[in-house]
Amino acid sequence: MRYEAPTTTKEAVTLLAKEKGKAAVLAGGTDLLVRMKMGISEPDLIVDIKHIPAMNAVKHSATGTKIGAAVSGAKLVKNKAITKAWPGVVEATNLIGSDQIQGRCTMVGNLCNASPAADSVPAMIAAGAKAVVVGKTKRRTVAVENIATGPGKTSLAKDEVIEAITLPKRPRNSGDAYLRFIPRTEMDIAVVSAGVNLTLQKGVVKTARVCVGAVAPTAVLVPDAAKAIIGTKLDADALANLAAACSAACNPIDDKRGTIEYRTKVAGVLGRRAAEIAFKRAGGA
Amino acid sequence: MSGVLVDTTVNGDPVQFACPTDEVLLDSLRDRVGLTGVKEGCGTGDCGSCSITLDGQLVCSCLVLGVEANGRKIDTVEGLSDDNTLHPLQEQFIEHAALQCGICTPGFLVAAKALLDDNASPSEEEIRYALAGNLCRCTGYDKIVRAVQAAAKQMRKKK
Amino acid sequence: MAHDTSFTNQNFKVVGTRVNRPDGMDKVTGRAKYGADLSAPGQLVGLFLRSPHAHARITKIDTSRAEKLSGVKAVITSADLPDLTNGAQLDVLENCMARDRALYDGHAVAAVAAIDQQTAKKALKLIKVSYEILPHVTDVDEAMKPGAPIIKDNIFTSGVDPKPKKPSNISKVSEFGHGDIDAGFKAADVIIEKSYKTEQTHQGYIEPHACLATVGPDGSGELWVTTQGHYTYRTACAALLGMDIAKLKVTSSEIGGGFGGKTHVWVEPIALALSRKANRPVKIVMTRDEVFRATGPTCSTSMDIKIGARKDGTITAASSVLRYQNGAFPATWAMLGAMTSWACYDLKNVHSIGYDVLCNRPKTAAYRAPSAPMAAFGVESTMDLVAAEIGMNPVEFRIKNAAKEGTRASYGPTYGPIGIGPTLEAAKNHPHMKAKLGKNQGRGMACGFWFNFGGQTCVDLNIGSDGTVNLALGTVDVGGARASMSLIAAEELGIPYEQVKANVADTSSLGHNDTTEGSRGTFSSGMATIFAARDAIEELRKRAAMMWDIPVEAVEWAEGEASAVGSEHGNLPALSLADIAKRAASTGGPIAGHNEVVADGAGVSFASHICDIEVDPETGGTKVIRYTVIQDAGKAIHPDYVEGQFQGGAAQGIGWALNEEYIYGDDGRLQNSGFLDYRIPVCSDLPFIDTEILEIPNPNHPYGIRGVGETSIVPPLAAIGNALSNAAGVRMDHTPMSPPRILKAIEEANG
Repeated sequence: MRYEAPTTTKEAVTLLAKEKGKAAVLAGGTDLLVRMKMGISEPDLIVDIKHIPAMNAVKHSATGTKIGAAVSGAKLVKNKAITKAWPGVVEATNLIGSDQIQGRCTMVGNLCNASPAADSVPAMIAAGAKAVVVGKTKRRTVAVENIATGPGKTSLAKDEVIEAITLPKRPRNSGDAYLRFIPRTEMDIAVVSAGVNLTLQKGVVKTARVCVGAVAPTAVLVPDAAKAIIGTKLDADALANLAAACSAACNPIDDKRGTIEYRTKVAGVLGRRAAEIAFKRAGGA
Repeated sequence: MSGVLVDTTVNGDPVQFACPTDEVLLDSLRDRVGLTGVKEGCGTGDCGSCSITLDGQLVCSCLVLGVEANGRKIDTVEGLSDDNTLHPLQEQFIEHAALQCGICTPGFLVAAKALLDDNASPSEEEIRYALAGNLCRCTGYDKIVRAVQAAAKQMRKKK
Repeated sequence: MAHDTSFTNQNFKVVGTRVNRPDGMDKVTGRAKYGADLSAPGQLVGLFLRSPHAHARITKIDTSRAEKLSGVKAVITSADLPDLTNGAQLDVLENCMARDRALYDGHAVAAVAAIDQQTAKKALKLIKVSYEILPHVTDVDEAMKPGAPIIKDNIFTSGVDPKPKKPSNISKVSEFGHGDIDAGFKAADVIIEKSYKTEQTHQGYIEPHACLATVGPDGSGELWVTTQGHYTYRTACAALLGMDIAKLKVTSSEIGGGFGGKTHVWVEPIALALSRKANRPVKIVMTRDEVFRATGPTCSTSMDIKIGARKDGTITAASSVLRYQNGAFPATWAMLGAMTSWACYDLKNVHSIGYDVLCNRPKTAAYRAPSAPMAAFGVESTMDLVAAEIGMNPVEFRIKNAAKEGTRASYGPTYGPIGIGPTLEAAKNHPHMKAKLGKNQGRGMACGFWFNFGGQTCVDLNIGSDGTVNLALGTVDVGGARASMSLIAAEELGIPYEQVKANVADTSSLGHNDTTEGSRGTFSSGMATIFAARDAIEELRKRAAMMWDIPVEAVEWAEGEASAVGSEHGNLPALSLADIAKRAASTGGPIAGHNEVVADGAGVSFASHICDIEVDPETGGTKVIRYTVIQDAGKAIHPDYVEGQFQGGAAQGIGWALNEEYIYGDDGRLQNSGFLDYRIPVCSDLPFIDTEILEIPNPNHPYGIRGVGETSIVPPLAAIGNALSNAAGVRMDHTPMSPPRILKAIEEANG
C-alpha cells in the first residue's frame, strides 16, 4: 500500500486518477481504518488530504460558510460563528463517536462513507448544504442529498474528492436541530434520526427542510414534512402532520440496531421534537 | 512490504521508527517504540484503551496510521508524570481505587487529562460524556468519575 | 496440619482500612504488563483461520500454499494435534481447533505462525478449506425440538432414566427441590405463571485473550498468559499437548478483566503447539471480533416460572423450568441455574429442573455468578407479579418469605447465618426507597444469591533480612487480592501494611492453586495467608527463644513483636520482626511460613438491589437514574474493593438488562462481534452506584470472609424489569429490555 500526503487538491485528484488499483481518501480515518482492520477494505493507495490547506480551512463569506473536508468535529465545535448560525449541524457532527473520534472525524468523511445512519448528513441536508466536488478536469457543486446513492455508495467519480461543504448564509429568525435515537447515551450508531431547519416570519414558519436518517438506503429529504409546518406556528396539528409525513417517508430495514416498525414510529417522534427545538432556536414561541 | 521512516516526538523525546504504510500508530507505539502502556481493546475506536494525544488532540491510536505521525507530537500515558511526581489524575486514581484490572486506566488517564486541560471544572455530566469513549468493565465508572472530580479540584488548587 | 478455621471475633487494626493497592503505581504509569505486553527475541505472530459457517463438515483443508509462503514458520490444523478421541479433554481441544466439523461461526479451523502480522494474514488467505454446510440451530427452544439438527453425535441426555439410545442436543437434565409441589399450588390463593427469555451476553473484558508461548525441542515450555487460573491453564495445556506438567511453566500476566471468561483455555494450547512446531516463541493476541465469536459468552435461556401464594403473602409452592443454551459443547449451566433459582427463599414446596442444551454457538464459559442472573430475572420478576396480585409491598413480600438460618435451601443444604433477611431490611429502610420519583420514572428492587467457593490454595510467606515480608500467592489477582492479602498478613504479623509486598507466583514457584473463580480468592487465599502467617509466627517465636536462650513457651507474639513472658524473663526488651529477621542467618536460616489447604466452608452470599429508571414512552429509551447495592460481604477486608465489586457487577447486570445481546442472523453468523453493536454501558449511561456493605460473618472462616465478587450481577436484570414495570406499566419478559422491545410493549399495552 502506498501512502501519499499531497498539499493541493489538484495533486490529490491526479493521484487518484492515476491509480490503477484501489484508492482510498483518508481524512479522519475513523471509517476507513476500521474497514481496513476488518479486512473489508484493502487499498493500494491512500491519499491523505489533511495536508491540503484548502481542506483545513473554515471560511466565511457574504454567501455563507465553507468548511474544509479535513476539518475535524473537534475543530468545528470551536468555531463560534458556525455554532451560532447552525447549532443543529454542529450538534449532529459532534454526535459522531466519542471525543477521541471527534479529534479525527470530519463531516465530509461522514458523508462519503455513505452510511444511511451518518449523523451529520440529515442535518446538512436540512440545512441545504452543498458539497464542492473537485475532479481532474472540473469542479462542481452538488447538493449534499445527491452525494450518497446507497449504503457505501456515492455519486463521486474515481478521480473526484469533496474539497469542502458550504452552508448558505443564514436569514434572521432561523433555527436548526438534529436528534437521533441510540440505545445508549453515547458511542452508538443512530437507529433513526431527524434534522430540521426552518426560518420564521412574524412567528410563522416561512421555509423549512426536514430530513430523516437511518430509515432508507440514504438519508431522506421529506418535503411533505416541511409542507406540514410551513405557514403554521408549529401547533399540535402541524407537528402531528410533520410526524406522520416523516414516518410515511421511511423505507427502513430490520437489522441489529432496530426494526422497521420501530424506526418508522420513532422517525416521526424525532422529527417532531427536532422541529420544536429548531422553532425555539429561531425565536418562535 | 513498503516501509516508511517516521520522525516524531513522543512524550517530549525525538523518536524515529520505520513501519509499513498500513500499520496503525497503536502497533507502531507498542511494537516499535516499546510503549506498551497504550492498550488495544478493540482496534476499531470503540473502547478508548489506546487513547493518546496527537499534537495535543485526543485520538484513538488504533485509528491513526503510523505514517501520519511524521513530524507530529505524540503524548501517551508513559509521559503523564514528570520525574518522580505523579500527575494528580494518577494520584487520585490510586487514592480513589478508580482502577481494578487496570487495562483501561491508561486510556482513561489520557482522556481525562485532555478534558481537564480544556475544562478545569467539569460537571459530573461533562466528565461522564467526555469519558464515554473509554470503556471500563470492572468499576461501573463510579470511582473513576470521583477520581477525576478530585483531580480537577487538586489541579485548581495548585493554580 | 489441620487448622481451626472457625470465625473468631476480633478488633482489626489494618484489615478493613482503605489502603492503596500495590499494583496501582504500575497501572497508572503504563508499566503494568498484560497478556499482550511481553515479547521475546525471534517471536512469531500467530493467527487463526475461523469458520464462517455456523455448522459445516470440514471435508478438506489444504495448507500447502500457506506453508510455502516465505516467512511462514508453522501451520497447524487438528491433524497436527494429539488425537484425544474419547479422552476427557477432547471437548476442550476440539473447541481450540475444529476436527471434522465446524460447530459455530468463528470456530478455529487452522492456525499459522509467521514472522510478522502481514505475512501471517497473507498465509491465512492461502489456506483452502472445503466445507459441506450442515443445518444449524442457534435458539435454545428450537434446539430442543424433535428434528432439530444434532450438534454432537456422541451426546446422550444424562440425568434421565432410562438412558436414551439416540443422541440429543439436551446434554443433561438436573432436578432439585423438596416438598409436594402439587399440594402447594392447590393451597395457593394466587398462582402466577410466566415464561421468560434472556439473550446471550459476553463478559466483555477489555483485554482480549493474549499469550506468549515458548516450547523447546527438549519438551519444556513457558507460557505468559492473561488468565484467571494459570495452574488450570498449565494442567489443560499439558494434557492437550502431551507435556509433563512440571515442564510447563505458566506465568499469569496482569489480567485485564476476566469475569469468568479467562477460566478456560482458548488459543493457548495452539500457541504452544505452533511454538513447538516452529521452535520459536509465538505470540497470539486475539482481535475483539475473535473474542466475541469464539470465547466464552454465557448462555441464552428460556424459562417458565410459577409461584403460588396465599393472600397473607406466604408462598405455598414454587417451580422453575430452565433451558440454558450452552453453545456447541456440553456444560452444566442449567444445573447451576436450577440450584440458584429459589435460593433466596424459605419454601416448603419447591421444584426446579434445568435442561442443558447444545446449539451452534461458541462454547460457553462462566460469567460472574454463572447462570444465576437469568434464573433470578424470571424468579424476581414473578415475585413482583405475585406481590402486586395479592396487594403486598414487594419488599415486605420478600421479607416474609426470605430464607434464614436453619432454612433448608431449595438445592439441598441447610443454611447457617445468612444475609438475605438483613439485606432486605436494609433495602426497606434505605433512603433510596423513600426518594421521590419524577414523571415517567419507576422504582424496582430484586434479590440475588451466589454460593461462593473455596478449593485448593497455597500461600508462601517469606521474611526478608530487613523484616519486610513477601507473600507468594497462587490465586490470580482479579479484584485487589494483592492488597487484601497484604492487609491480612500485616494484621496477623502485627506489622504495617507497607511492610508487606504480595506477588502472584508462577506455576513453578508455588504449589497448585485452583482458578480464581466462584468468588474464592479472598476467602481461600485469605485463609491460607492467615495460616501461613501464623506458621511464620511460630518460627519467629522459636528464633526469639533461641536469641534469648529461653524456652519457646515463654515467648509471646503480639503487635509485631516477640516478648518474653513470665517473671524470670520479664526484663528482656521485646524483639521486633526486623530484629529477629536480621539474625536469621545465625538462628537457623531464612524465616518463612507456608500453608496448603482445601478451603472448605465457603459462606453463601445474598444481595438486594434498588433501581430507579426513567422511560421515554415515545421511543422506549431508558435511563437508570439511581441505583443502590446492598450486599453481605461476611467481612470487607478492603472496603473500596468490595464496593468496586458491587458497582462493577451491578453495571454489568444493567448492561445485560438493557442492551447487551448476541445477535445471530438466519445464517447462524454473529452480527455484532464488536463493542460498537455489543453495547456495554458507557460512563454517561450510569449514575453513581450507591453501596451498603453488610458484614454477617461466615462462621467457617477465621475472619468471617464470604466472598463478594459475583452476587452483585444477579439482581439487576429483575430490578430493572421491576422498575420498568412501575415506570411504564409494562412487564418485560425478555432481555435485553431494549428500546424497540419496550416501545412495542408500551404500544401493545395501549392497544
